[in-house]
Amino acid sequence: MAAEDVWVLGIHMTKFGKHPDLDLVDLASEAVLGALADGDVEMKDIGVIGAGNLMGAAAGIGQQLQKQVGQTGIPVYNVANACATGATALRVAIMAIKAGETDMGLAFGVEKLSGAGLLGGGPRREESPNWTPSGRLGAIAPIDGRIGTENMPGVFAQIGMEYGHRYGGTSFELFAKISEKNHAHSTLNPLAAYTKRMSLEQIMGDVMIAYPNTRPMCSANCDGAAAAVVVSGSKLKTLSLEQQRRAVKISASVLTTDPWEESCQVLPDVSTLTRNAAKQAYEQAGLGPSDLDLVELHDCFATAELVHYDNLGLCEPGGAVDFFNSGATWRDGSLPVNVSGGLESKGHPIAATGIANVWEVSTHLRGEAGDRQISGARVGLTHVIGLGSACGIHILEKAA
Amino acid sequence: MAKQVPLVDYLELGDSPHLVANECTSCGARFFGRRNACAKCGKTEFAQVAVGTNGEVRAFTIVAFAAPGVPVPYVAAWVDCDGTSVRGNLINVEPDPEHVTLGMKVRLATQSIGLDEEGTEAIGFGFEPLGG
Repeated sequence: MAAEDVWVLGIHMTKFGKHPDLDLVDLASEAVLGALADGDVEMKDIGVIGAGNLMGAAAGIGQQLQKQVGQTGIPVYNVANACATGATALRVAIMAIKAGETDMGLAFGVEKLSGAGLLGGGPRREESPNWTPSGRLGAIAPIDGRIGTENMPGVFAQIGMEYGHRYGGTSFELFAKISEKNHAHSTLNPLAAYTKRMSLEQIMGDVMIAYPNTRPMCSANCDGAAAAVVVSGSKLKTLSLEQQRRAVKISASVLTTDPWEESCQVLPDVSTLTRNAAKQAYEQAGLGPSDLDLVELHDCFATAELVHYDNLGLCEPGGAVDFFNSGATWRDGSLPVNVSGGLESKGHPIAATGIANVWEVSTHLRGEAGDRQISGARVGLTHVIGLGSACGIHILEKAA
Repeated sequence: MAKQVPLVDYLELGDSPHLVANECTSCGARFFGRRNACAKCGKTEFAQVAVGTNGEVRAFTIVAFAAPGVPVPYVAAWVDCDGTSVRGNLINVEPDPEHVTLGMKVRLATQSIGLDEEGTEAIGFGFEPLGG
């Protein structure tokens, strides 16, 4: 017997941005209650919860949420998988349905990250008075800044630069133009953390963080949550025609990690696992890149978006620069990418991201995206990368 | 001369400083630092091998904003040393995109990190432009 089809029944994201008066559980509750209402179901209908919160991973956000919105005794899986945490939580619910353990599941991701500043690499404290080796490298002092960089803008800067070294055509200006696109897209997204258009000059003239990434070319730390109710195909058939009409088919759900590559201990390899995930996802869905109407990919930095055009097969191998320069990925182009504004402008509350991108695509497939609707959208792809690494890809299709 | 210690145990000091990798005796994969088993093939035998000191810059970034206490700007890079990828800073070069370029040829160089209370000097490494 083939495994069940799984569908998004209800989905919701909160406004991304600063929420000083809401705590983690408030944000998670808003997303979850929103998703339940959107799917016209209640907590008592849910058989499993995949719960994501990276920064407080040990605290059990799933059970904290239940105590505010409904303690029904169902299994909760608290997950943490770096920036792929949300996609991982969603996959837990999907896998439980495919395994036949339940016919309806809930996944949510929530993060409070406003003012978090630079991620990756800790502060360098007073040096030890005695040089004492410690850790796996036998280091006698902190190595961040002494043997390369551990900060995220610098890591992902090198990932974009390496693509440029391999294929040519990249420049500070090219990467800034990618950011210009995403900041332009978010002007149409009322839930984005930043909705002001930025000129190329403003972006290039802003504070340099790690060349070639200036501040607006980095993902925006902010607060936010997203949640989804997923349902089996056979259960969906028993629900109302309106629920069936608005349901979005999950045609592929894939999670990969990075296989060994020669250079992966030097610079995290975010490409191989994305390519592997994309290949599996297209096979699962029986679709290819040419079938996609929109893509939400992991533009944690402008330098990252470029390499993922290639990794997801949106362009010819090595052709990401020409693909971008053709205008393809603007919202009026042949394959709009990050019409939400992406992580750079919509924002990146880490664990929420891998469900918020599913919300974005689902909203377009339902024809409910308002001013930023990609007209006639029928198929979309979402992608996240958690450094370390994990890659989550979902392909979504409009109900027939 | 004051006693010297390397920043990391895979930096070999002496007359011709170089990096030392743990090479899997089964598949040849190279690693820096202690390993429980090979990430490529799973075998557990390693041999120590010297890594070439000349290389080519495959990727770099100029870090202008870092964690508190980390001096900026500095150039972080991925250097290809005869097929072995190495992470390190580019040193003895102006940290700007006019002086640092993709594909530039570099060589390993050491530099002092400072003395501890007993007068022991810590030595780190980076890569400097060839012929610079």
